[in-house]
Amino acid sequence: MKKKVLTVDDSRTIRNMLLVTLNNAGFETIQAEDGVEGLEVLENANPDVIVTDINMPRLDGFGFIEGVRRNEKYRAIPILVLTTESDAEKKNRARQAGATGWIVKPFDPTKLIDAIERVTA
Amino acid sequence: MDMNEIKEIFFQECEEQLAELESGLLKLNDGDRDPETVNAVFRAVHSIKGGAGAFGLDDLVSFAHVFETTLDCVRSNKLEPTQDVLKVMLKSADVLADLTNAARDGGSVDEARSRTLIRELEALAHGEVPAAAEAPAPKPVAAAPAPVVVEKPPVNDEGFQPIPFSFGDFDEEGADHYVPTVQVSFKPKKDLYAKGNEAVLLLRDVSRLGEMSVYCDMDALPTLDKMNPEEAYFSWKISVTTEKGEDGVRSVFEFAEWDCDLDIQTIEEDVVSEASGDEELPMQPVPFDLSMLDDGGAAAADEPAIIESDAAAAVAAAETATKVAQVASRAAENKAAAAASAASAAQANQAAAAGQTIRVDLDRVDRLINLVGELVINQAMLSQSVVENDNNGTSSINMGLEELQQLTREIQDSVMAIRAQPVKPVFQRMARTVREIADITGKSVRLITEGENTEVDKTVIDKLAEPLTHMIRNAVDHGLEMPEKREALGKNPEGTVRLTAKHRSGRIVIELADDGAGINREKVRQKAIDNDLIAADANLSDEEIDNLIFHAGFSTADKVSDLSGRGVGMDVVKRSIQALGGRISISSKPGQGSVFTMSLPLTLAVLDGMVVTVAGQTLVVPLTAIVETLQPEASAIHSFGASQRLISIRNSFCPLVDVGKILNFRATQANPIEGVALLVESEGGGQRALMVDAIQGQRQVVIKSLEANYTHVPGIAAATILGDGRVALILDVDAVVAASRGQSLKQDISLAATG
Repeated sequence: MKKKVLTVDDSRTIRNMLLVTLNNAGFETIQAEDGVEGLEVLENANPDVIVTDINMPRLDGFGFIEGVRRNEKYRAIPILVLTTESDAEKKNRARQAGATGWIVKPFDPTKLIDAIERVTA
Repeated sequence: MDMNEIKEIFFQECEEQLAELESGLLKLNDGDRDPETVNAVFRAVHSIKGGAGAFGLDDLVSFAHVFETTLDCVRSNKLEPTQDVLKVMLKSADVLADLTNAARDGGSVDEARSRTLIRELEALAHGEVPAAAEAPAPKPVAAAPAPVVVEKPPVNDEGFQPIPFSFGDFDEEGADHYVPTVQVSFKPKKDLYAKGNEAVLLLRDVSRLGEMSVYCDMDALPTLDKMNPEEAYFSWKISVTTEKGEDGVRSVFEFAEWDCDLDIQTIEEDVVSEASGDEELPMQPVPFDLSMLDDGGAAAADEPAIIESDAAAAVAAAETATKVAQVASRAAENKAAAAASAASAAQANQAAAAGQTIRVDLDRVDRLINLVGELVINQAMLSQSVVENDNNGTSSINMGLEELQQLTREIQDSVMAIRAQPVKPVFQRMARTVREIADITGKSVRLITEGENTEVDKTVIDKLAEPLTHMIRNAVDHGLEMPEKREALGKNPEGTVRLTAKHRSGRIVIELADDGAGINREKVRQKAIDNDLIAADANLSDEEIDNLIFHAGFSTADKVSDLSGRGVGMDVVKRSIQALGGRISISSKPGQGSVFTMSLPLTLAVLDGMVVTVAGQTLVVPLTAIVETLQPEASAIHSFGASQRLISIRNSFCPLVDVGKILNFRATQANPIEGVALLVESEGGGQRALMVDAIQGQRQVVIKSLEANYTHVPGIAAATILGDGRVALILDVDAVVAASRGQSLKQDISLAATG
């Protein structure tokens, strides 16, 4: 069965890159443009893993992760943070919010797929 | 979709982000301190950097990175966004736009400028804020003349680098090849599971590093009635022999290390062999079979039974721990969470309703517009032939036709609305123009824009940028005084340029006002006399003098400056506005500034016109030009000079212009009493009465360019196809009025316009 990935990113460019990369790697991909939409999409998507950006309008990545972790139904889903910000502070905040792991942008396909494989069975 | 398409999307997105960036910065400049504004600005630069990184656009990445770092200081309140700071940032936004364009079109960038800005941005991030200076971002600028050294994409220190793994590694293992054995003590905390990590997956990844043995300590597991499904009870002792060594093992636990007690040590070989026998814990080498993950605990068959159960239990227990947690969590229903998600869903719907757009290739829209144009003509022709062939006015065909006409009109309006765009992007570009000129001239200028959401046809917008840029240059360069002079005059040293757009009676009116010195009429007059544009003793009104600046080759600046002296004068501006079917005029008050007013049609595709007959020819006069129509009476016509005639309308005299004569349709003037007079408002103010033979009616016509198909004809703006299939010419009212002054049509109408 194909693994389902939910990606949350406000950049059309990154969304498309994720889509191409994940589809090529044989994942089913669902996309949302910000944290608010991400939480909304989550309800019916039931993904195996979530990949999210941090800097987004309306609801940023931190808020989104907290939202997922508060969701009784989906809180155990692994969440990978996808962001250019590599400094420890941002990573710490993402982790405190409940992120499972992170991928540093710009990502190459292997790195992304590897990280996803790592947190999913 | 391939990478090139994504790249195209990236550049489109960049354009949006750049616009967002600039408008955000301008808001900050106006004193807006809303954190969301700062965030939006930050996000814009951040997104550009992110995308640029993915495409290896290193110049763009490194500049965006420095810019982002400085913006982050603003975001975290380490840097106050003062006017001076924003000045640097606005300039940086300009450079970022240049870099983006260069990345897309391969042009070059003013490297000295971007280097200077990088230094200024870094100074802002470091210099002014000592706290931020302690943790400086890696400087992307080298001391060497090399423009910008590309900063490597930030990779975190712990080095989450995927470690390539291949089974080939094992084959290379020689007998004398030392492979370190790493011992791991791993005790997950509750949080590890809460964050979506799984002990079993971590064990799996360790097993992929090399030969692994694992022992699960289940002593902490309480009885079922006391067990909290969300708690972590198990801990593991792992021993793995791997080429990757301690670091390789550590990287497996990278995501988890904060949420577990982790101890990773490399053991010397002899220590391992000694310890393996009488180790306190039963460390049995267990082949870690990945299939256990799938089968839920089937163990390798050829191992001793006791070990087998141990190994299976270890993995199974790990799995159970997570599964139990999952089951427990999925079963639970939390009303608060449901309510929260409902609220967020509602919010999302709202936002979605606000801005749903699709992107369409412009060619498709243009094609549609053309087709609708043809449809309009076809519909008119159909109506006409039905009317001609059918005497029964109440027939159902007529009614259907009327409906068709209405629908056609609606389709046309809707299609036009697709092309309509706010003037905002052009106005935003002007902000940059103002900044640059203010910089060069050393003047302090504030640009105020109003009505930037006013919509107008995209073609008009595209062609508006150039004349507008030139006018802004003029306004700042010639219009505004130097700050010292302004201060001496009791004005605000900072000059104001106000750019306004609004809809007025089916046209868009754009006003450009400055609060500078106004037009120096003496100087303009003298210059006009020097250039033989007017006679030395000509008696001109203030308005006429002001309009002299639209003459070809007219420049009042004593010195031709770098800015305005590009051989482009206001005459060119006027001509490009006229080419758009627009009008431009100026009004000026000495010491208070000048106002340029441009009035442009909302679309270049259709026109409401009055169809008239002149000397047997059918002409269309744009409705917007006509003030009123009247039937002249003999008593109202007065002769003036040799061949001029005036018509008196409500106690004022207005020159009478025979269109047929001007266009050389006939040699002598027609008798005014037999025709109809169209009172038109002309360019330099003042009214003229255009004489035509008869009015046929009022109609919306589709504009067909004459220049594109034939050549420019003086006095004719364009052509159209009427309902009967005949071509009718659309009158260029301003050209005809101008020609009436010189009694013949000249190619250079702008020269005649004010003479």
